[in-house]
Amino acid sequence: MTVDLNPDEATAGAAADLPEDADQWTARLRNAALEALPPQRLMPDRQPAYVASWIYVFGVLTLAALAVVILTGMVLAIFGPAWWHDSSAGLFVNSLHLWSVEVFFFAMVVHLWGKFFMAAWRGRRRATWITGVVSFVVSVGAAFTGYLSQQNFDSQWISTQAKDGINATGAGAIFNVTNFGQMLMWHIMLLPLVVAILVGLHILLVRRRGVVPPFAEPAEAGGTEAVNGGLAESGEVR
Amino acid sequence: MQGILGSLVDLNHPGHYIHWGFIQLSVANLVVIALMVLVFMVALVVPFRRHGGGER
Repeated sequence: MTVDLNPDEATAGAAADLPEDADQWTARLRNAALEALPPQRLMPDRQPAYVASWIYVFGVLTLAALAVVILTGMVLAIFGPAWWHDSSAGLFVNSLHLWSVEVFFFAMVVHLWGKFFMAAWRGRRRATWITGVVSFVVSVGAAFTGYLSQQNFDSQWISTQAKDGINATGAGAIFNVTNFGQMLMWHIMLLPLVVAILVGLHILLVRRRGVVPPFAEPAEAGGTEAVNGGLAESGEVR
Repeated sequence: MQGILGSLVDLNHPGHYIHWGFIQLSVANLVVIALMVLVFMVALVVPFRRHGGGER
C-alpha cells in the first residue's frame, strides 16, 4: 500500500506518521527503541557523582584499546603479510596491534575485578554482566586465533600445543587450530564481529540500566538520585 | 628478583617458569598479574579529580 505523505506532516517523533501505521513493525520497533533508550539516556551530559573514581575508568579504557585493536587490524588487512613482516612501518603497526590487545585485556581484567567486587549485576543489570562475561570469553578466542595467525615459530608452537587440547574437547574436527586459513578467517571476520556486537550490546545495556552504584550509597541516596539525570532505576535497587 | 628483571629485558632465551603444585606460570605472566593487582589497588585509593571541584 502506498500513501502520499506531505513532507511537512512527516515528523521524526516516536509515534507513527499516520495512525493506521501504528501497527507496522517499523513503528513498533522505533517506539520500543525510543522507550528503552531515549536520546538523553543514550548520550547523557552528566554521570552520577559516584562515577568520579578511577575504578570506573577501566571500562572506557578497554573500549579505547579495542578501538586501537580494530583500527590497526584494518590497517594490517589493507597492506597484507609481506608489509607487516618486512617493512618497519608494517612492523610498527603489527606491534601496535599486539600491544593494544595487551592493554585491552589488562584494562578489561581490572574492569572485571572492579565490577565483580561491586556486584555489578545488582539493580536489573544481569544482562549487562553476562554480556561483559561473554565478551571476555569471545575476546580470548579472538586473541588466541590472532596468536595463531602470526606466521612465525610462536604461532606454530601455540597451534601444535593447542590442537591436543581442542581435540580433547571433540571440537577439533570443525575448529582446526593448525588450519591457518581457517584461524585467520575466524580472527579477522567471525570473532571481531561477535566481539563488536557483544560490546555494543554491553554499552547499550550500561546506558539503559545506568552505571552500578557503590554498596554504601543507597541509604543516603538523595544526592545520588538527584545527579542521576532522571535514571530512576539506575542504582537504588539491590 | 634478578630473574624477573632479566626476563623483562632479555627475552632471547626460554622463559622462566614458576611451579606450584600443578600450577605452572611464566614469570612474565606473573608480572602482568601483579601489575593488574597493583593498578586495581591504586585505582581504589587515588582520588579522582573532578572538573569544577563540585559534585557532578
